[in-house]
Amino acid sequence: MSFDHVALLPAYLAAATAVAAFLADLIAPGRRSAVAGVTAVGALATGVVAILVGRGPVRRTFCSADCSYVADHRAALVAALFAALTLAVVALSVPVPRLGEYYFLLGCAMTGGVVLGYAGDLITLIVALETLTLPLYILVALKRGTVDAAVTFFIVSVVSTAVALLGAALLYAGTGAVHFGRLVAALETGHRLPLTTAGVVLLLAGLSFKVAAVPFHAWAPPAYDGAPLPVAAFLSTASKLGGVIAILYVALDALRPAYDIVAPTIAVLAVLSMTVGNLVALRQDRMVRLLAWSSVAQAGYILAPLAARVPGAAGAAATLGYTFLYLVLELGAFGAVIALRGDDDGGAIADYAGAVRRAPWAAGALALALVGLAGLPPGLAGLFAKVVVVRALLATGTGWLAVVVALNAVLGLAYYLRAAATLFAPTPAAARTRVPWPVAAALVGATVAAVVVGFAPQLVLAATQP
Amino acid sequence: MTWVLVAVLAVPAVGAVFRSRAVAAGAAAIAFLLSVALATGRSDGGLTGPIRPWHQLDVSWVPGLNLRFHLGVDGISYPLVVLTTLLTLLCCVYLLWTDGDGTLAALLLVIEVGIVGVFLALDLVLFFVFLEIVLLPMYAVIAGWGGAGRRPAARKFVLYTLFGSVLLLVGVFVVVSRAGTADLVVLSAQHMLPADTQLAAFILLSIAFAVKSPLWPLHTWLPDAHTEAPTVGSVILAGVLLKMGTYGLLRVAVGVLPDGARRVAPVLGVLAVTAILVGGLVCLAQTELKRLIAYSSVGHMGFVLLGIATLTATGFEAALIGNVAHGIITGLLFFLAGAIKDRAHTGDLSELGGLRETAPYLSGILGYAAIASLGLPGLAGFWGEAFAVIAALRRGGPLWTVLAVLAALGGALAAAYFLRLLYRVTHGAARPAVVGIGEPVPGELVAWAPLVVLALAVGLVPALVLGVAQTAVQVMAP
Repeated sequence: MSFDHVALLPAYLAAATAVAAFLADLIAPGRRSAVAGVTAVGALATGVVAILVGRGPVRRTFCSADCSYVADHRAALVAALFAALTLAVVALSVPVPRLGEYYFLLGCAMTGGVVLGYAGDLITLIVALETLTLPLYILVALKRGTVDAAVTFFIVSVVSTAVALLGAALLYAGTGAVHFGRLVAALETGHRLPLTTAGVVLLLAGLSFKVAAVPFHAWAPPAYDGAPLPVAAFLSTASKLGGVIAILYVALDALRPAYDIVAPTIAVLAVLSMTVGNLVALRQDRMVRLLAWSSVAQAGYILAPLAARVPGAAGAAATLGYTFLYLVLELGAFGAVIALRGDDDGGAIADYAGAVRRAPWAAGALALALVGLAGLPPGLAGLFAKVVVVRALLATGTGWLAVVVALNAVLGLAYYLRAAATLFAPTPAAARTRVPWPVAAALVGATVAAVVVGFAPQLVLAATQP
Repeated sequence: MTWVLVAVLAVPAVGAVFRSRAVAAGAAAIAFLLSVALATGRSDGGLTGPIRPWHQLDVSWVPGLNLRFHLGVDGISYPLVVLTTLLTLLCCVYLLWTDGDGTLAALLLVIEVGIVGVFLALDLVLFFVFLEIVLLPMYAVIAGWGGAGRRPAARKFVLYTLFGSVLLLVGVFVVVSRAGTADLVVLSAQHMLPADTQLAAFILLSIAFAVKSPLWPLHTWLPDAHTEAPTVGSVILAGVLLKMGTYGLLRVAVGVLPDGARRVAPVLGVLAVTAILVGGLVCLAQTELKRLIAYSSVGHMGFVLLGIATLTATGFEAALIGNVAHGIITGLLFFLAGAIKDRAHTGDLSELGGLRETAPYLSGILGYAAIASLGLPGLAGFWGEAFAVIAALRRGGPLWTVLAVLAALGGALAAAYFLRLLYRVTHGAARPAVVGIGEPVPGELVAWAPLVVLALAVGLVPALVLGVAQTAVQVMAP
């Protein structure tokens, strides 16, 4: 068996980044610039190489009957996205006191994300997803006194992986295949066993833990609130992206012939996520909890286009497009929270009163991100994100779900607006907050990206077209 | 002339960046002049459909969402564009002379961009985007500079109107995904949608626009928002923001979905007349000045909607002139109510007795505006209401005849509550609250004078509005 090392290059680089961060801390102990710098350079290199490899012809490796590692255009995009998110979180992590192990774990998580993009079978997919999640248990526990949040996260996540594996095993039992292409062939022909149906539902349910979709969402709010803020940012962006990509690959590549089971399963997850997420978010009074519950609701919008009765490129493009716009806005929101509050604790929403006077730019960025997540101008990126989803649903004749999404947007505005309005509340003048430059750079990057894709959403839509 | 279409949006947008009252007033003045200039060099461009824009600009923006930056102005949108730029200019002048806040002036300019954009948009998706731009700045105006109960009122406003917006979003994409285009010129010219789709989309769109107009029973956000908003906020809200709903109903819902409109029109007519009657009766019981004017808007917009619901050229003309007249008169009324509340620190009618004794000019202008609003012939308010009733009568049949009669009764109610207002405010001995109240200052007079003149001018020469609109309305009636 020969390996195509060019195709594997992004994965090698991602793994090397993790090791390099570890070594950098051994060689130059306590030098933040060295450790963080090495990780940042590694993430950047991973992303650039992924794009360069993706520009060439489609490469496959680890092939037996079918291939487990497919380096196509789509995979390159996913890998580059994970690298970019890691880079941003590295910059946001400057206030975090830990060094070596922190950046090592971040690098490991990135490796999982990068490999996930290239996955061509269920086993690679689940292993990559676990590689992405495993380091996060430890990262969540890094903050003092939050071990219980980490343990909840750990247990729920392990159970979810077990469920996903059980689903994959049942599918294997029913079809004898784990590779996406062969699963499709097996599901298309022949009689479908009840076992297969159970496998499909269990696999999707297991994967939906990672996007924190209701009813598999309970870990998210305590984990986000208990983790250091940059880790929460990673959880709500990169980790969620991992879940979305996994569901997307499984639903459209592997289970396309079984879409009559996939669509209703995802519809239930989507409707529950957005409704429950929004309703509970209404009652939150801590900023990170609010963002956590809102990200549960956002998972619902992300999944919604996949619930169309017919699987199609349009649904996948809408999900990817929405995900990208969401990532930019969510990163902006967490970046601004870190700029305003440091790495430790998001604090109560009431603590943000008058933030606009203390740090006008960071507070402005937070307001823009919150309004964008609500889907209203001036957060044009968020407005177009909602439009993408509603349009995709109506184009595929799933009008009822479009109405549910639309009504949920109204619910969402209620709490996003409450948080955003607090920033402008009148307070006595206070000292200006100082923001470290890497945090500022990440925040500026996310905000500029949000503004640019707000005015030119075609950039995103063109990239997600098949 | 196409550059003017962009400039009329770009100038206020740039002016808003400076957050200065003087810059805002300057930008608003330039925008006003530009919008007036849109009427020069009119031609129908050889188009034969119902929408024949005088000037057009059509650039691709987001092909993936069927979104084109397609602007244009015609006889139906032109009066509303000028009304918007005029009222914004007057509000900015008012802020300049009284000590307003630069940020507030900037927000007014952003709102102007959104509203003018709505009137100019010839692309359905673009129309929706501009409609959304208005929401948050208006929320900020109410929540930041409003009265005591401003926060709940602002929240109610924004959530209610967003509810309308999201239904609009769904309705827009029902149309766009079936028709494959979002171009309003094309959509209104060729009705390519099946009847059932038209009905579903029309219901969605008319609920959306009914929230914005607002139409009874979806009007409950309006009295709170108007009462709590600062003076300039109320003027913009009543003067032009509500017109986005009626304009949308006419141009988008009726224009694109005529079959749907025909089937739903009787329901709209009944709701419109209910709004007229309910608005009138509630006004009779109001004791707060701004709230009374706010509820009177519900009645007036009822006449506009009745005009549209008749689906006749006369009805559309009534709606158009009713819109403009309401913008002028209610804008003036809210300026006056704001001035009185700022001075007397109360809006309670029983506290304001004897205003005529202490501030004869102020109460004189209030009397003029109230009489214009109740629809006295010779002033602007008359035409919209009279035409709406005539259009309903001409539609014939028992239903429309009854609606016409009831609407006429509603007009009489308007006379009753405005005369009651005048009686309360201007007669009797001066109450403590109005003692020592000052007469209008020059800044206020400058802001009010154009509205006073226009209320008379449009009343005497309705052709000022209907002249430019005549062709557009004639070709639009199904």
